[in-house]
Amino acid sequence: MGWQWFHRLGSPRWFYEKTSRWMFWLALVTVVLLIVGTVWGLAFAPMDSKQGNSYRIIFIHVPTAFLALAGYYVMAIAGAVGIIWQIKLSYMVMRSAATIGAVLTFIALLTGAVWGKPTWGTWWVWDARITSMLVLFFLYLGVIALQGAYQNGVTANKASAILALVGTVNIPIIYKSVDWWFTLHQPATLKFMGESSIDISMAYPLLVMISGFYCLYAWLMLHWTRAEIVESEQKTVWVRDLLKG
Amino acid sequence: MLFQFESLTDFMYMSGHGPYVWGSYIVTAIALGALVVLPLLKQRQSFIRLKRQQRIEAGQSQSLIIK
Amino acid sequence: MITEVSLFRTFLVVLQCDLVIGFRQRGDMLNPVVFFLMVVTMMPLGITPQANTLAGLAPGLLWVVALLACLLSLNSLFRADFEDGSLEQLILRPQSLYFVVIAKVIAHWLTIGLPLTLVAPLLGILLSLPAEGVVPLWLSLLLGTMTLSLIGGIGAALTVSLSKGGLLLSLIIMPLYVPVLIFGASSVRFAVEGLPYLGTLAVLGTFCALALILAPLATVGALKMSVQE
Repeated sequence: MGWQWFHRLGSPRWFYEKTSRWMFWLALVTVVLLIVGTVWGLAFAPMDSKQGNSYRIIFIHVPTAFLALAGYYVMAIAGAVGIIWQIKLSYMVMRSAATIGAVLTFIALLTGAVWGKPTWGTWWVWDARITSMLVLFFLYLGVIALQGAYQNGVTANKASAILALVGTVNIPIIYKSVDWWFTLHQPATLKFMGESSIDISMAYPLLVMISGFYCLYAWLMLHWTRAEIVESEQKTVWVRDLLKG
Repeated sequence: MLFQFESLTDFMYMSGHGPYVWGSYIVTAIALGALVVLPLLKQRQSFIRLKRQQRIEAGQSQSLIIK
Repeated sequence: MITEVSLFRTFLVVLQCDLVIGFRQRGDMLNPVVFFLMVVTMMPLGITPQANTLAGLAPGLLWVVALLACLLSLNSLFRADFEDGSLEQLILRPQSLYFVVIAKVIAHWLTIGLPLTLVAPLLGILLSLPAEGVVPLWLSLLLGTMTLSLIGGIGAALTVSLSKGGLLLSLIIMPLYVPVLIFGASSVRFAVEGLPYLGTLAVLGTFCALALILAPLATVGALKMSVQE
């Protein structure tokens, strides 16, 4: 009895119709938060005393890096739910999370590199966090590649769900290892100015941007999953009516 | 809460860090924009496929009537 | 008690069978070793023949190349059994597949990882690896290649039903090899620099134990999925 909502949530049609009402409001909140955060961060937050204006990249770098890591767990949990309860919808969530997560990881890596150029003088530094992020990007690419390699959709879903779960067990080990490796090789000349304590006037726009990106992630996940639903359910009557109407 | 730059050109220039900052924001916007647009294109394709199928079905039933 | 005995017997039978097959097809066994030798030969040609530079790079190079050799051999781990249907028979048995997987992975390690480990000190000489590094190289590869085979088994099981699984297998498994590579190469580097290396070897041992417990679980799931297709 108590699990009824869970199985109803597994119905693509119910999910699609239920989320239709949320999409607009979620999009509105996202756009407002992102615009306020961007304008505040770019124009009104004070300049950093050490890094100058280049630190303004933090307002996209940090939220995307957060979401890149969290997104992997979203993907793996969705995959696990799919394997355990055989829910098609949760595989659709997993596939959406893979693509969105990979793009966010790419943005985090790219903004990190661009930030590094004026700050450290080089585009790329083999720093612990950047390296872990790169490995995370490879893990995402592996899941996407495995998904694409199978002709049979059911097998593809199961295979990438297993790989995502294996990756989840490995991520903490990889992070700790890379961290340890970095303390071993840390060049003495490199100073991490990003570590300097963040001023409160910079923290507020950062918080706005982080919440904005979280909303954006939620919206994108719904957006992608809904598109997956329409594609895989296009033979059903309700999707046909939807596409006509 | 003050506008941190003296002029708009100053805002674009950002004391030399402008290309890095603006470049990051623009690339991020493009990537996120792609994430928004791709599912819409997919949905459009589904719609076009459905239309074509309906036309074929309609054509078949018509030819049956002619026979 | 009876099931316990029969599980162990299954384990032994599968191990023995795979070893016999492995030793009969000596080419498959030798290829990774020859690959290892050839890639190591490319290094002085590509970088520099100077002994000092090579000695500095040797711990990392040897480890990376051993990892690649191991990776390239993984594709065949379950391939033959999948193609002739014996994998299906193994899955249909009432007993757990867990020990069968461990037996197959250990057989793979004995035919691929162990030979690689045995020739590695020899290749260390080619790259002028200092003498202090030889024993840790040997020990770290002994523990490390076992872990590589165990983790690689997951990838082999996931891609066994794909006709062109080779490169994909490398793509999905290589990120998972990062911790083993870091601690393996560090053990050798520590020894060369005169630092204590038992700690890093212990970490490699931990990875091996963890992989021995956890990796076969994922491999069993992946094999069942591949056969169901």
